[in-house]
Amino acid sequence: MIANYGYKDGSGDYFITIDTDKCNGCRDCVSACPHGVFDVGPDENDPLSDDEVAFVTEEERKKIKYTCGPCKPTSDRPPLPCVTACKQDAISHSW
Amino acid sequence: MTEKKELWRWTESRWTNPDIDWKGKLITSGVDVGSVSSQAVILADGELYAYSNMRTGSNSPDSAINAINWAMEDTALTLEDIAYTVGTGYGRVNVPFSQRAITEIACHARGGNHMYGPTVRTILDMGGQDCKAIHCDEKGKVTNFLMNDKCAAGTGRGMEVFADLLGVSINDIGDLSLDVEEEPPPVSSTCVVYAKTEATGLLREGWPTNKVLAAYCSAMAHRIMTLLERIGVEKDFAITGGIAKNSGVVSRLEKDVGIPIMTTDYDTQIAGALGAALFAKALKDKGK
Repeated sequence: MIANYGYKDGSGDYFITIDTDKCNGCRDCVSACPHGVFDVGPDENDPLSDDEVAFVTEEERKKIKYTCGPCKPTSDRPPLPCVTACKQDAISHSW
Repeated sequence: MTEKKELWRWTESRWTNPDIDWKGKLITSGVDVGSVSSQAVILADGELYAYSNMRTGSNSPDSAINAINWAMEDTALTLEDIAYTVGTGYGRVNVPFSQRAITEIACHARGGNHMYGPTVRTILDMGGQDCKAIHCDEKGKVTNFLMNDKCAAGTGRGMEVFADLLGVSINDIGDLSLDVEEEPPPVSSTCVVYAKTEATGLLREGWPTNKVLAAYCSAMAHRIMTLLERIGVEKDFAITGGIAKNSGVVSRLEKDVGIPIMTTDYDTQIAGALGAALFAKALKDKGK
């Protein structure tokens, strides 16, 4: 499943995409993110499956533009810690 | 003082299948407590037996109870007869008699699959205060989704505001908006607040009501199109939720997407609750 967490508002599109078919629930993203955007648990959108996958926490979904801001300086764009940490290449950002 | 008409008030409804005798059958239910509307669906051995569709009150547990009670009216069913209930929607954790809460994304995919059949691949749920675009497989399992619940632009609540502003019953907006000789340019913003300001300005310029409605419905269709573009539209394409009943938005969206939109005899507002009730049946069968 391609899970798009985030929102679109008047200023733009802010989505973190997690490919749950690639995700193995290793929690590397959870420890890599300095702001606690990720967590791992049962897939809430696939209630009949028991596999654990990464997701963006409920508290962060409506403010990731701001929470992710410190990892996205305008002058220099270093690789994102969450994207780098994911060995499965399951995480991407839309902005 | 004359009584002010509640033009935004959409038609609440309930239905019971007269051909089903529920006794001795497995009864499961799904309750969708949304931001604007609440639905309860009751299945007997997995077959649609009864449903209700009403406005959500200020209290989610009460709304859930009212919805299920209204669905059970005329059926002689009581809460004790229901073997398993799944709550969904915005207030899903506030359904007091439910055994489990499941996201509306999963429930709309499942319900949409049941309503429109296994060929449906893209489901757009246009709710009261949010919008969800979902891809699903032939079994109704979610394969891709996107939800926008931060900004209520392009949702049912905006339509309610426009019904009130323009003095038109919400049930008539769609048809009235199509009754224009030439399609006007869309209002520049779908933000409910800005769009209302803009519409007031258009009325002052002398635009007739149906032309203003056309401009708003068209802006709403464009806005939803930009959301859909992020995940793409795969055939077959269906819409659930209250806006699916608004021909003005649906026909303009159909033009934008370029794919025919499926139709159904079901009430499009019950998709989430129907999905929840189907999950309730599946979970009960699995012994979870």
